[in-house]
Amino acid sequence: MHVLLAALLAASGSAGTSYLTATPIDTTHPAQVSAVTGDYLYWSFPAEAGQQPALTAKVTLPATADRHGAQAWTIEVFDGLRRRQPCVAGEQSPLAAPDATELTLGCQIRQVRSWAEPADQDPLPGTYYVRLSSTEIPEQDLGLPLKVDLTLTADKGDTGGDQGTLAAPLTPINRPGTVNPEPAPSASAAPESSASSFLPEFSSRWVWTTTGGVLAAVAGLVGFSFTRRRRRA
Amino acid sequence: MVLVGLVVALPAAPARADETEAPQVELVLDVSGSMRAKDIDGQTRIAVAKRAFGQVVDGLPETTDLGIRVLGATYPGDDKKKGCQDTQQIVPVGPVDAAAAKAAIAALKPTGYTPIGLALRAAAKDLGTGEAARRIVLITDGEDTCTPPDPCTVARELAARGTKLVVDTLGLTPDEKTRKQLVCISTATGGTYASAQSEQELTDRVQQLVDRAAVPPPVTPATVAGALTCDKAPTLSPGVYTDRERIGEHRYYRVPVRASEELRVSVSVALDRPVNRDYGVLLKASTTNGRELVRGLDAASGRADVISAGLRWSSLEVTDVCVIVSNSFASATSAGAPGMPLELSIDTVAASTAPDAPGLGRGWLLLLVLVVAGLIAGVLAGWLTRWWVATWREN
Repeated sequence: MHVLLAALLAASGSAGTSYLTATPIDTTHPAQVSAVTGDYLYWSFPAEAGQQPALTAKVTLPATADRHGAQAWTIEVFDGLRRRQPCVAGEQSPLAAPDATELTLGCQIRQVRSWAEPADQDPLPGTYYVRLSSTEIPEQDLGLPLKVDLTLTADKGDTGGDQGTLAAPLTPINRPGTVNPEPAPSASAAPESSASSFLPEFSSRWVWTTTGGVLAAVAGLVGFSFTRRRRRA
Repeated sequence: MVLVGLVVALPAAPARADETEAPQVELVLDVSGSMRAKDIDGQTRIAVAKRAFGQVVDGLPETTDLGIRVLGATYPGDDKKKGCQDTQQIVPVGPVDAAAAKAAIAALKPTGYTPIGLALRAAAKDLGTGEAARRIVLITDGEDTCTPPDPCTVARELAARGTKLVVDTLGLTPDEKTRKQLVCISTATGGTYASAQSEQELTDRVQQLVDRAAVPPPVTPATVAGALTCDKAPTLSPGVYTDRERIGEHRYYRVPVRASEELRVSVSVALDRPVNRDYGVLLKASTTNGRELVRGLDAASGRADVISAGLRWSSLEVTDVCVIVSNSFASATSAGAPGMPLELSIDTVAASTAPDAPGLGRGWLLLLVLVVAGLIAGVLAGWLTRWWVATWREN
C-alpha cells in the first residue's frame, strides 16, 4: 500500500521509465519532471467511455550550445493492452531545430468507446499509457538535462453512438504469473446481472427519444382535434 | 525445462508489494586517477562526486537499502593485472548509517585503473538475487581501462541471468568513448544514461535515480521459457512473465481459456542492443492445431526502448489457446543468444457480450415517424370517440 501511496504523492514530479513503473497522472495532476535527452518517460492515466483524452507536452530542451543537431521527438499513447492508439489531433512527432529552445507536442486520441469487437483496436475504458521520447538524436547529445511539462485534458463527449458495455476495463494485471499451474476448478463465470445496463446511460438519444414522445403526444392531440365536429358559425 | 520447474514454486500471491524486502541500490563510483581532473566548476571531479554522494546519503528514502562500491581506489602502481582487480565495497548494502557512509566516502582518494566490468559483476553479487527491485548506479568519468571483459558484455550477461537488475549510468564530463560505453551498458539492462557537467546536475540525477529505485515496479514478473512449438509450450495462468527471445525466433505459450471468457494478452520486447532502423513485433493467438484466431502487431523505426502489441479474444467454449510472439528485428551486433528481453502479460476476464439494438433512438427521422404515428393515432382515437358517442346517444 505504501508503494502505491508513494507513487501517487510523487505524481506531480516524476515519470516512470517503463510500462510497469509508469507514473499515474490525471486531469488535476499535471506532471513536471526533469529528465535527460534519450530518456523514455512513461505516465499512465485512466479513461472512461465517452472521454476524448488529449495530452500536451512541453519540453524545455538543453542549452543550444551543447547540442549538435536536430532532434526528433514523439509522444505516443497506448491502451491498457499496450496497443498503439492513433492520435487524431496534435503535433505528435515534431522536429526540434538545432536552435530551438522549446518544443511542444500534443496527442488527442479517439473518443473512448464503451464496447468494441475483440478484434478491433478501438480505444476502450481502462488504463492508458503515454510515452515521451526522442526517436532521432545526435549520439553526442545523449544525457543532457531537460524539463518536461505534461498536461492531460479529458473532455466528455456524447456516448449516444455507442452500445454495449465492456465486462472489465482494460487495466494491467499486476501480479506475477504461474507456469504450468494446477488446473483450476472450472468455476463457471456467473453471468453478471444486467440490471444496471437495462437503462442506457444519459446521452443525446434520451433527448431525441423523449422529445419524440412529447411531439407524438402533441401530434395525437392535433389529430384528435381534426375529428371534432366544427361548430356552425 | 529446468527453469519452468523452478518457477512452479512461486506463489501467485497478489499482495506482494507489502511483504517484499526493501528496494536495493548500489552506487558504484569510479575513483581512478582521472578523477583528479579539475574541470567541474573549477573543482576536482572526485570532490564534486563526494559532495553529491553526501547529499544523496542524507536524503535517502527510509525504505531503501543502499550500498557503495568503488573502483580504482587503492592500487597506485603500474601493474595492470593488479590494478584491474581493484574494486571494494565501502558501504555494505543495507539500511544506511549516514555518518559512517559519509566518512567512508570522505576517505576516498583518486588512484588507479578503471575496471568497470569487474565492478559491475561484484556489484551484482553485492545486491544478491532477492525478489526486491535492484538498481546499480554507475558513476564514472572515463571508459574501462581493463577490457576484457568489456563492461557492456558484462552488463548483457547480468541482464541475461534474469536477475532483473537495472544499471543506470552517469558520465562525469564524458568523452565520446565513455559515453558510448555507458549508453551500451544502460541499454543492455534497461537503465538510463545521463551526463553531468556540473555539481548540481550530478546531485540532481543521482537523487532522481535513487528516488526512482525507492518506488519499485508493482509486480516482479515470473520467469518463463517459451517453447518452439505449441505442443511443447508451457501453460500460463493470468499474470506477468518475462522471457527472452532471439531475433527472428518464434516463442509459443499456452493459455487455458474457459467458456465465455475473454483472453487478453500484451507483450513488450525491449531493444537492449543497437538494432537496424525499422523493426516490428507480432503477437498471435491460434488454436492448438495452428488456426489463427486474432493478431496484434506494431512496427516502428528509430530509437525506442520497447515495442509492444496486444490482443483480445473471447471464447465460446473451454479451450487452450496458443500465444505466439515473433519479431522482425535485425541487428549487426550479437544477434544470437541470449535474446531480447520480453515481457508478457496474460489476463482472462468475463467476455463482453455483443450489444443488442439500441433501446433509445435519435435523429430527425425518428421524430418524423413519431409525429406521424401520433397524428394517425390521434385521428383514429377521435373517430373512435365520435362513433362511440354517436352509438351511445342512439341507445
